[in-house]
Amino acid sequence: MATADTTIDRRRPGAAGRRLRRIGGRTALYAIAWIAAIATLVPILYAILGGFRDTGQLSTNPVALPDPWVFSNYTGILKSSTFWTQVKNSVVIALVSTGLTVPVAALAAFIFARFAFRGRELLYTIFTLGLLFPVAIAILPIFIMVRNLGLLDSPLGVALPQAAFGLPMTIIILRPFFHSIPSDLQDAAAIDGCGPFRFFVRILLPLSRPVLATVSVLAIVGSWNAFLLPLVVLTDSGGWTLPLGVTNYSQQYTTDTAKVLAFTTLSMVPALIFYAFAERQLIKGLTSGAVKG
Amino acid sequence: MPQRPVRPTASVPTGQAAPPGRLAPPVSVRVRKRGPSPTDRRRARRARVARKWVAIALFLAPALALYCLLVVAPIFQAFHYSGYKWNGLSSPTNFVGLDNFKRAFGDDVFTGALKHNGIIVALSLAVQLPFALAIAWILNQRLKGRALLRVLFFAPFVLSEVVAAVVWSLMLQPQGLADHTLNAAGLHAVIHDWLADPSIVLYSVFIVISWKYFGFHMVLYLAGLQQIPKELEEAAAIDGANTRQIFRYITFPLLGPTIRISVFLSIIGAIQLFDLVWVMTGGGPVDASNTMAVYMINHGFKRFEFGYASAVAVIMLVISLVIAVTYQRFVLRRDLQGALTTMGR
Repeated sequence: MATADTTIDRRRPGAAGRRLRRIGGRTALYAIAWIAAIATLVPILYAILGGFRDTGQLSTNPVALPDPWVFSNYTGILKSSTFWTQVKNSVVIALVSTGLTVPVAALAAFIFARFAFRGRELLYTIFTLGLLFPVAIAILPIFIMVRNLGLLDSPLGVALPQAAFGLPMTIIILRPFFHSIPSDLQDAAAIDGCGPFRFFVRILLPLSRPVLATVSVLAIVGSWNAFLLPLVVLTDSGGWTLPLGVTNYSQQYTTDTAKVLAFTTLSMVPALIFYAFAERQLIKGLTSGAVKG
Repeated sequence: MPQRPVRPTASVPTGQAAPPGRLAPPVSVRVRKRGPSPTDRRRARRARVARKWVAIALFLAPALALYCLLVVAPIFQAFHYSGYKWNGLSSPTNFVGLDNFKRAFGDDVFTGALKHNGIIVALSLAVQLPFALAIAWILNQRLKGRALLRVLFFAPFVLSEVVAAVVWSLMLQPQGLADHTLNAAGLHAVIHDWLADPSIVLYSVFIVISWKYFGFHMVLYLAGLQQIPKELEEAAAIDGANTRQIFRYITFPLLGPTIRISVFLSIIGAIQLFDLVWVMTGGGPVDASNTMAVYMINHGFKRFEFGYASAVAVIMLVISLVIAVTYQRFVLRRDLQGALTTMGR
């Protein structure tokens, strides 16, 4: 009668005190969590609200709500073609590099997860080692190579290396997921005459939608935020992506803090909107582990 | 009770599924009534093996091509360039052997940058990750609004380092938001030139790094925590273990693989730190926040010392590699063992 025992246990003297302590403990947990959350939010709010101030307000009272609300910072930027060109450049590069990385990595991860062959672990290790080498380490040779290919100032000059450097992470996330899909499924499909490619396209990929969403989000966000590669490859300001635009803008208007904040805010809006929509997919993909079959 | 808790996704592959490789048995062989003759069987086997290799080659080709051309080849080229004194324009001809490396280790600015990377690593492991774990643990206590909190904590991770750098620079400038807040809280004494004081600037940078990345580690930990079967902790509680004991002897060990991965990612990330520092401080003042990557870009693209900058890149690469191999050998080994023994036939 284990259940009965525990009920009695709870009613022992001292249990009330313990429960009180537990309630106190929970309040403390809430307090810590929310204080940390607000602290995390402050810089983002500061940027968004700061864009609605004028610079005078920012130096006298940066904490309270803007008074009066100034809209000219935002409207001025939204009317400038420079901003929209940079948005377009960022979008193009993000889409091309993600559209390359994810399918290519999925094919490779499928092989690494579901085929046994000599040298597989070695190959896989070589791919995983790529995690250690961000673009920074190879940036000089990549610059030379991109220059030799005539891709300086071209979106491809950024997207191709980005796609290549995105492979390790994507493969590492996809492989265990593909591996966890029951092999009975593949055996059954094989008995029905389904070859590896058809199995991959028709069964594995649809089952892997959450994890594919995860790696796509990671690739897009990574590309959207990339700085070093565009900095080196895109010398002509017409091809600049948003991060380059933001740094340039902040150096150009060092004294006009409010304008800089408005530009920065606008540059992060797409990422935040994207995050708001993809967040569930992203976290679900990260947490779901395996298909329970 | 499950014998073996499911590992979190972010961890290395588990080796639980049956070994792959016996896929696509030729249907004709299977359904034959009288049983295949040995020659038939051998021929079918050979065809199967050939088909397997064709599939492997076709599926791997795109990834291999892209990876070799744009990752592997440039890394080897960096080694090649590092032996030359070269401005990056024509082709390198002035071979100087190991001089570039000698120069780097003789340069106080470089060794300083190396030290700064080390400090960031140490601070990340000592402060940022424990904090992320604590928050993840709190969120895992069935708090109300947990989903919203998770969204908030993770938000900085989706912003670029550039955005983080620009916004924080403005917040930390003299009489900025940080100073105003401290003043209002009566902490005038704490106020510093956050980004202009050489003895402070690295810690300011570290604060920004933590702000941006702790949410990522928290999400990893949270995923790991949610994979731990509740029954284990409940059983321990029934046996009289208190919260601290449960965390110490059950939660923490079971979270091991996740923690090891997160520590690894944190170390590697800190070694390569660039964007944030470049935009926030440019490595200054007086190189007090310089990192190896910033130093490398300065020499490569501002002074056009491509050979020398390549040598710095190689040093970074070797450091990362040594850490990775050591880590793999002594720490990650346990996580990989299952995978290797069941899959590596």
